[in-house]
This record gives sequence, structure tokens and C-alpha cells, in this order.
Amino acid sequence: MVGFIIIVSVFILAMLAPLISPFDPNDIDVKAILLAPSWQHWMGTDGLGRDVLSRMLHGGRISLLVGLVAVGIATAIGIVLGAISGYYRGWVDTLIMRLVDVMLSIPSFFLILAVIAFLTPSIWNIMIVIGLTSWMGVTRLVRAEFLSLSGREFVMASRTLGAKDARLIFTHLLPNSLTPIIVSAVLGVAGAVLMESGLSFLGLGVQAPQASWGNILTDGKEYIQFAWWLSLFPGLAILITVLGYNLLGEGLRDALDPRSNNK
Amino acid sequence: MNKLNALSLKISLSHTCAILIASCLITSCGKPTQDATDYNQVYPSQTGGTLIDATIGEPSGLIYMVAGESAAAAISGNIFNKLLKYDKNLDLEGELAESWIISPDQKTITFKLKPNLKWADGKPLTSEDVLFTWKLVTDEKTRSPYASDYQLVKQAEAPDAQTFSVTYENAYAPALDSWSGLQILPKHLLEKQDIHTTAFARKPVGSHYYQLDSWSHGENLKLSRNPTSVLGPANIDKLVTRIIPDNSAQFLELMADNIDSMGLDPIKYSRIIPARPELQKKLALYKELGNSYTYMGFNLKHKPFDDVRVRKAINYAIDKQEIIDGVYLGLGINIASPYKPGTRWSNPELKPYPYDVTKAKALLKEAGFVDSDGDGIVERDGKPFAFEIITNQNKEREKSAVLIQRRLKDVGIDVQIRAIEWASFISRFIKTGDFDVVVLGWGLGLDPDQFNIWHSSQNQPGQFNFINYNNPKIDALLEQGRLELNPDKRMKIYHEFAKELLEDSPIVYLSAGYGLTAIHKRVKGIDSPAPPAGIGYNSKEWYIPEQLRRVEIGRNEIAEK
Amino acid sequence: MLKYLIKRVLWMIPLLIGISLISFFIMHLAPGDITNNEASFNPKASEESRQKLRELYNLDKPVIVQYGLWLKRMGTLDFGNSFASHQKPVFWQTTDKDGNVTKGMIQEALPITLMINILGLIITLTLAIPLGILAARKYTLWQDKSITLFNFIGFSIPGFWLSLLLMYWLGVMNNWLPISGLHSINYESLDTWSKIKDSISHLILPVIIPSVTGLAGITLFVKNGMLDVFHQDYITTARAKGLSEHKVVYTHALRNALLPLITIIGLSIPGLIGGSVIAETIFAIPGMGKLFFDSVLMRDFPVIMGILTIGSALTLVGNLLADLAYAWADPRVRRGVVRN
Repeated sequence: MVGFIIIVSVFILAMLAPLISPFDPNDIDVKAILLAPSWQHWMGTDGLGRDVLSRMLHGGRISLLVGLVAVGIATAIGIVLGAISGYYRGWVDTLIMRLVDVMLSIPSFFLILAVIAFLTPSIWNIMIVIGLTSWMGVTRLVRAEFLSLSGREFVMASRTLGAKDARLIFTHLLPNSLTPIIVSAVLGVAGAVLMESGLSFLGLGVQAPQASWGNILTDGKEYIQFAWWLSLFPGLAILITVLGYNLLGEGLRDALDPRSNNK
Repeated sequence: MNKLNALSLKISLSHTCAILIASCLITSCGKPTQDATDYNQVYPSQTGGTLIDATIGEPSGLIYMVAGESAAAAISGNIFNKLLKYDKNLDLEGELAESWIISPDQKTITFKLKPNLKWADGKPLTSEDVLFTWKLVTDEKTRSPYASDYQLVKQAEAPDAQTFSVTYENAYAPALDSWSGLQILPKHLLEKQDIHTTAFARKPVGSHYYQLDSWSHGENLKLSRNPTSVLGPANIDKLVTRIIPDNSAQFLELMADNIDSMGLDPIKYSRIIPARPELQKKLALYKELGNSYTYMGFNLKHKPFDDVRVRKAINYAIDKQEIIDGVYLGLGINIASPYKPGTRWSNPELKPYPYDVTKAKALLKEAGFVDSDGDGIVERDGKPFAFEIITNQNKEREKSAVLIQRRLKDVGIDVQIRAIEWASFISRFIKTGDFDVVVLGWGLGLDPDQFNIWHSSQNQPGQFNFINYNNPKIDALLEQGRLELNPDKRMKIYHEFAKELLEDSPIVYLSAGYGLTAIHKRVKGIDSPAPPAGIGYNSKEWYIPEQLRRVEIGRNEIAEK
Repeated sequence: MLKYLIKRVLWMIPLLIGISLISFFIMHLAPGDITNNEASFNPKASEESRQKLRELYNLDKPVIVQYGLWLKRMGTLDFGNSFASHQKPVFWQTTDKDGNVTKGMIQEALPITLMINILGLIITLTLAIPLGILAARKYTLWQDKSITLFNFIGFSIPGFWLSLLLMYWLGVMNNWLPISGLHSINYESLDTWSKIKDSISHLILPVIIPSVTGLAGITLFVKNGMLDVFHQDYITTARAKGLSEHKVVYTHALRNALLPLITIIGLSIPGLIGGSVIAETIFAIPGMGKLFFDSVLMRDFPVIMGILTIGSALTLVGNLLADLAYAWADPRVRRGVVRN
């Protein structure tokens, strides 16, 4: 519940960013470099005199966008592969599972690093790459669900009645597998937001002059004790948002999963 | 309802806790450990002590001609000598050489070495070693990036132990400077070795102030004083270089007094350290004008940058002082020649392009750019004036690009910025010539020759005239400059060169930067303000008084005695 | 059992080749190679030397040829030498004709990373298991909620932010812990006991921070596992028999709940040798993560391939061991396999 409140508030703030930002996030003012929070600049200014609050609001959009799209890609791939694997089984299943093994053996960080380093970091590349390296978990989940559901009576009943494969998958199996998918997706967004901040630290995240929580945090890391506002606000923002997603995910798992331990 | 309240209470409690802890940590909930020593106290010069500094990257080896990166240069520069060096005022003087004579036809230089020079292992250092080093760097099999200057030597001889002479095909003015860059290696230890795989790179033996004691990979390198150093022994006993890849960690170590010296960025130098009394007490700040500048370079093969009016317009449209104030916090110089201000090569009559939006717009109009559809961006022949600036992942360059973007928007030019990881940057964009505009920097040597950067023949992939500049006047001046050994005549050539370059504006000079360093006040004997050669020129004289030395290290030294 | 083992081991070889092939090609998709590093962008540096270097390292040959050459070398387990530090062997040390030993890059970095990660895993498990049990026993009570919350916060904090804050508080404001590095510079001259203290004090932050962030997952896992087991019939039976709560929880429930934990540990084996680039950069620890990152940026192909190969091999072995351990630990599987 709390998670939900947090997420919704963050979303609203992010959506309204262009309306409520007191300044243009790219407005440079070389006379106002690294000012502490004041009535004029609620969250202070950064190394080029830009208002941190405005950058935080716009950066929130970016960080959230990265999280959502990356997870969207991962989930889409995961559902497709997991469904095919779990439904058709046989050699298709073995092949896909071996592919999952291979992808899991190559450290995902290497893949992300390599591709971003090579493809020049841009928001889209980051999203695609995080997505392409996190689909393995979803695949396994979906496959497991399909495998266990296939043995249930209602599926067998549908088959006997002559239902086509596609119909079975989309009308019966998929909707019943949604719970773990949703939970995993929500938790995945949390992970993606954290990953974006990690990539910014390494210089491979969202590039200047575009603001993101990760790169505001990284810009401020050398002045933690002095320009504390550059570290505190994005750090807390990431913490609260990721926490919100985690709480939401766990809450959903408890609420939706009929087999869960909510006794 | 109860559950929700309880949980929210817990959450708000823990969040408040987290915020409190965070703010406590960040602001000053406690005072830094108090240090009562007065570091401003003056003490007489003495020997002993350890100086600890930090580096971000680890050298790949300590043979500079093969290793090449700056981390290797910094450390091997303490171990090896060259024939010549630059003195306090940037004039050449002898290091291994006592004197030198240039032949009347200007093609031969004969160096006379100082007598009784020794390597750290006691063997004598003679012209044989110099000849050996020259042969090594020019050898076909040696993969040294810096061989080109030495390959111009037609013949090199060591007629006796104190004499070394080189003869060039044509008079080569940058020759003397090149001999101040070649670190002389010991023949008796390297004759039979493969320079690329020899263990000498990790266990070097040199002749300069310090020798390598130990190298703990990934952690530190320790150097200790060489008592038989050719220029006399240095004061400080030991130099330790710690490998600390992250700047924020380095700064924390500096504050905790675990390292003595660190390179600073403008913000730390002018805003942070001066604002903290406890840091002011123990750190002294130094700034020295380097031999480098940041610039914005046009790809002259891409339209419309081939039009000089467009280039000049952009030059007028950029406010360089704003970049110097914003990016370098005022710690930079607005230059008009590609040389270090204050040296004889820098043309004092030239003035940088002022910030003049009207002139910029007028020139753009002249070149055919008008805003016909009122969207704020000018067009020519129906195409809007838009381009992309690429730069590598350097904070200062990125910030400069952001400022440029804003200023160019004011005159109707739409600029996108991309920061790219270095290896991709070079191979995918620079080498292939696939770029519009770059923001980069040049770190130059002390010789005024800039043939490699500006001559029209140097525009092959992998070479440094990647902006494709082709100006016959400039070509002629560059060729002349290499042949003229008389410093005054040479100066006139390069003044003319800088003037023509400014007129033609193939690049926009952004700023000549200062090197900023913080060194602990316990290190005495540093010249401040820094002379033209920088503060390092007399590092031999630096000393650390016993009363100011670090406790654990001092204790060890006493125990060792 | 033996047939299963042999089949798995045989499967590893084509898998490894597949992984190495994919990695090799991804690497070569990148623009640039070792000759484009920052040191070479000096107007005094000539293009010919770069060309010579390229020829030496076979970088001018087609990718498939380069892969073939690499594969051939790997046949004799020769990982080659690093491009960036040309004398350093990638994997194990070499001794030259004068008896000078040059240590291998992985040989130096791997033990450090292993030590830090294994210590971290031990700490995580030591904390997670009791916390998970407590949370399960006191389910929905305040202990459970606060443990869950604390874990989530730990999981949600950006690691480098927390590291820098703690480094400042514990290293600068108070001189309690060193800030970065593995050893003090006067380490050599310390006596054994001081050496141990010195190493421990340097390791505290780099080990604890990552383990705290990893705590959440495992605690939750233990808790859910215990909760699942608690509802099984045999637990009700045990309670009905009058066994003490302590015996019920620790002797019966725990063993069964922990079984999936073995799989989790097995799956985290690739992470053990992976090392965190970010933590190693901040704490100046020369481990595998930093080695990998630097090699990618410098396009140091032999090192990249060496790390990937060893990493994948260890991962596959780790998975196999985890499966075997699970099979041994879970009597149902053990019997099932024997029957098969």
C-alpha cells in the first residue's frame, strides 16, 4: 500500500515536471555555481549553476522512463520465449533453456558494458541493453507457470473441446501466469533504476546535458561533504522510488498470489 | 487500518532516521580529528621523509618509450635522465650533457656528457648508453610511438665516452627539444633483452633522483632516494604513489591526510578548499599554466565549415570568458595563438575573437543563412543549420559543449552534443572523419613545431590533422619553422603562423588551462607562485621537516635505524 | 549418477565454445582496438607504431581468423599476454630466462575478488538465515515488518553513494577505518598480528556494504521458505507430538526450507568471481571487476576473453555442483536420480 502511494506520487511529480519546474533544467548561470539550497533554489544549484530541483523533476522522468521501457522489453521477450518454451516443450524448450543458460553465464554486466561502450550511450541504447540482459528470469518464470498450468484440468478440458494453441495460450494460460510476471516486472523496474545510477557512475549512463538522477548523483560525488545537496536529493529520490517499487512488488505478490502465506 | 498506521509509522520513522543519519554524516555532526600541528612553521632544509601521492591509472611498464601513458611518464621521469632539460624559465640546459655545440651547417649537434656519471647499480653512464638508447628507439622492431623525431637522425656516433653526436639530413629545429624527451636507458642491462617483454620494465635501474623499491600491482609503487644520482641526491627519502582510481576517494584520502598531493579540478581549488579552515590549515594550493588548450574543431570537409565566414561567425558567437568562468571558475586564459601565454612563441599582438552576437549574425547572413520560417533556427538553401558536437567523456569538455550549445542557439544554430567513450571516439569518428565538430584539447611539448597537427600532408587516417586543414601559407610556414634554428627568426615565423591561423579560424580556441594541485604544507621548498616551468622543476630541493612527518612512517624509520 | 555427471560435463564443452564465440564476436563489434587508447593521441606519436602493434596482435586479420588463432591457443590453455600491459600474462605467471617471474593478471586479481565475495557471502548468510527465521516465526508482527523494511532499504540504496558517505564518516571525520586500498603503505614492516588487523580494517567497508545490499533477497527467501514449510503437514504433526518449538523450527523446518538456498548459492557463483566494478573502483581494490572494466574500455582482447572464459567455466561448474549438492541434500531427488 505504501509502495503504491510512493510510486504514484513520484509518477505525478515526474509527469508534471515541465509544469512545476521553477527553472529550465538546462538553464546555465555561471554566476550561480554550486549554491546551497535557498528560497530561490530549493535544492541548490549544480556545477553549471542549473537549478537542481528542476533537474531532479526532469531527471525523474528519465530515470523512470529508463526503468519502465527496459523492463517492458525484458518482460515482452520473457513472455514470448517463456510461453513458447513452456507450451511446446520438446526441443524448442531445450534450445531456449540452453540459450538462457548461455546468457546467464555471460555476466550481464559485461554485456551491458560492452554494448553501451561500443554503441555510444544514449537513453535508447541503455534501455534496450538493460532490457536485453534481464529477460532470462521472466522467461523461466513464465515457462514454469505454463508447465504447471498445462497439467490442470481446465486446460485439458479446453484442449478436448478442440481449442487452438493460440487461444489456449492467450485466453487461459497467460492470464493465469500474470501474477509472477507483474511482480517480477515491478521489481525489475527497481533494479533498472539502480542500474542506471550505477552506469552513470561509470560514465556510461544518460549523457549530458540530459539530467537523470544517476548522473546528478555522479556529478556530485566528489563534493559530497560540501555540495551535499547534489548527493542527498538524488540519493534519497532513488532510495525512496526503488523502495516504493520493491514494497509494491512484494505487496502485490502477497495480495495476488492465492498460494501465498497470507493466512 | 491499524496495520497501515503502524507500518506507515515505522516507515516514516526509519526514513526520518535515514535522513537524519545522512545529514549528520554529510554536514558536520562531528569534527574531523583535530590536528594541533602548525604546518605553517618554517624549518630548515633537511633530508628524510616520505611523500605520498596518488594516480588514477597504473603504468603498464616503466620504460617510457614503449609504455607511453601519463602514469608511466610521471614515475619513470623520477627514475631516468635525459640529455637535456628545461630550467626554471623554460630555457634548455644540460642534464646528462654538460654542453653542446651545433655545427655551422646546422645539421650536427655534438653533446659533451658530464664526467663520472653512474647508474644506480654503480656502473658508469657513458655515451654508449645514449647511443644504445637512440638505436633502440629507432629500431624497426621497437614499437615506440615516439620514434619519429629520432628517426630523422641520419647518423649518430659516440667517438668517446663523454661525446655523443647526431647528424640530421636537414637542419631540424625541434631537435634539441626532442633530446629533452628521450629517457636514457642502460646498455649493460638491456642489450640482450627484448624491450617489449623484459623484466626491466618492472625492475628498472636508472640514474635520476629515485629508484624503484617495490611495485605492488594495483596498490602502490614505492621509490627511494638514489644516493649516486647524476644531479646529486634529493632531499626527500621516499616517494610512494598509491593507485586510487576514483577521484572522490582520492579527495577523501587527501582530507584524511593519507596522501600528500593531488591534482584538483577548478571547483575544489577555488570553492571547496578555501571554504574549509581545517583544509586551509594543512593544504597549500598551487596553480601553473600548462602547455595545453581546449578547442572546438570544425571538420573542414563538411559544409558549411569550409566557408571562413561561417567559422568566424561561430567564433564571434561563443563567449569564451563565460566558458572560462563557468567551466574553469576563472582559472583559464583566453588565447589567440596555439601556444602557452607568456612564452616567446605566443604572439602578443594577437587578440582573441570577442563575444559579438551582432557580428556573428551578420556574418551568417553574409554566408547565406537566414531564418526564413521564424523557428529560431537559420537555414540556407532550405536546410536548417544544425550539427553535432562530439567530445570524449571529459567533464570540462562536456560542460564547455553545453555552454557553446546555448550561445549558438542565440544566433540560430541548433547543436546536439554527444559524449563518447574514448576508443570508440577515436576509431569510429575521428579516424574515419565522420564528425561535424569536436571539442578536444591539445597537450603540447615545449617546441613550437606543430607540423603534425596543421600540415596538409598529415590528414591520413590515424594522423593528427583530422580536421583536414589545408592552407599552403601555413604549410610553408610550418616547413620553414622546422629548418630555422635561430630562436628570434623562428619566433617571427611562428608569430606569422599564429596570425594566419587566427584569421582563418579553423578552430575556435576555448581556453588555455591551469594545472591545479594541492600539496600538504608539510612539503616545504616549493616555489610559489609557480615559475614558467611549473612547480616540479626543483623537486630535488623539496623537503619534509622531521617535526611534520607522518607518525607511522616516522616511527618505522626510527625503528629501521 | 555417473552417467548424469558425464553428460553434464560433456555438455559444458560446446556451451563454453558457444559462449566464447558469442563473446568474441560481440567484442569485435566494437569500433576501435588497443591502439586507440588515450596515450596514443599525442601529436608526437606516429601512426606506424600503431600499425606495427596491430600487425603484431593480428588485429588486421578477419575476425574469424582471429577467433581461430585464439581457439588454437586455448587448446593448450595458453591465454596469451595482455595487449595493454604487454609483458603480463593473462592468466598464470611466466618465468623468463633470467628467472624473473611476472605474475598473471587473473592470478593477481581473482584471489582478491574471491576473498571479498566469499567473506561477503558468509556475512550475508550469517545474518540472513537467523533474520529470515525470525521474520517467519514472528510473521506479520513488528519484528517481521522491521526486518523486511530494513532489508528493503539496504537493497534500494545506490551502493556507491552509501560507500562514499561511510568513507567520509568513518575515515575522514573519525579516523576509525582506512578509506581505500587493501593494505597500508607500511604493511610490509608490520608484525603478523598488526598485518591481520590492517587487512581486516581495509576490508570492512568493501565487504559489508555489498553484503548488506544482498541481504534482502536471501532473508526474504529464507523467510518464505520457512513459511512454506511451516504449513506442511509434517510440521503440524511434529507440533502435535509435543516437540518443543525450538526443535520444530531448527531440526525439522530449517533443513527443508534451506534446500532451495543451495540452488541460490550455486546460482550466485558467477557473481563470486565477477567482482563489482563500482565497489572496486571506489575502494581502490585491484579485483576482477575493475580488471574487466578497464580491459573493455581499452579493448584488451586477451584479458577480456580470458576473464569471460574462466568466468563461464566456473559458472557452469558452479551450477553443476549446486545441482549435485541439491540432489544429495534432498532425499527425494537422490532416490529419484538413482531410480532413473
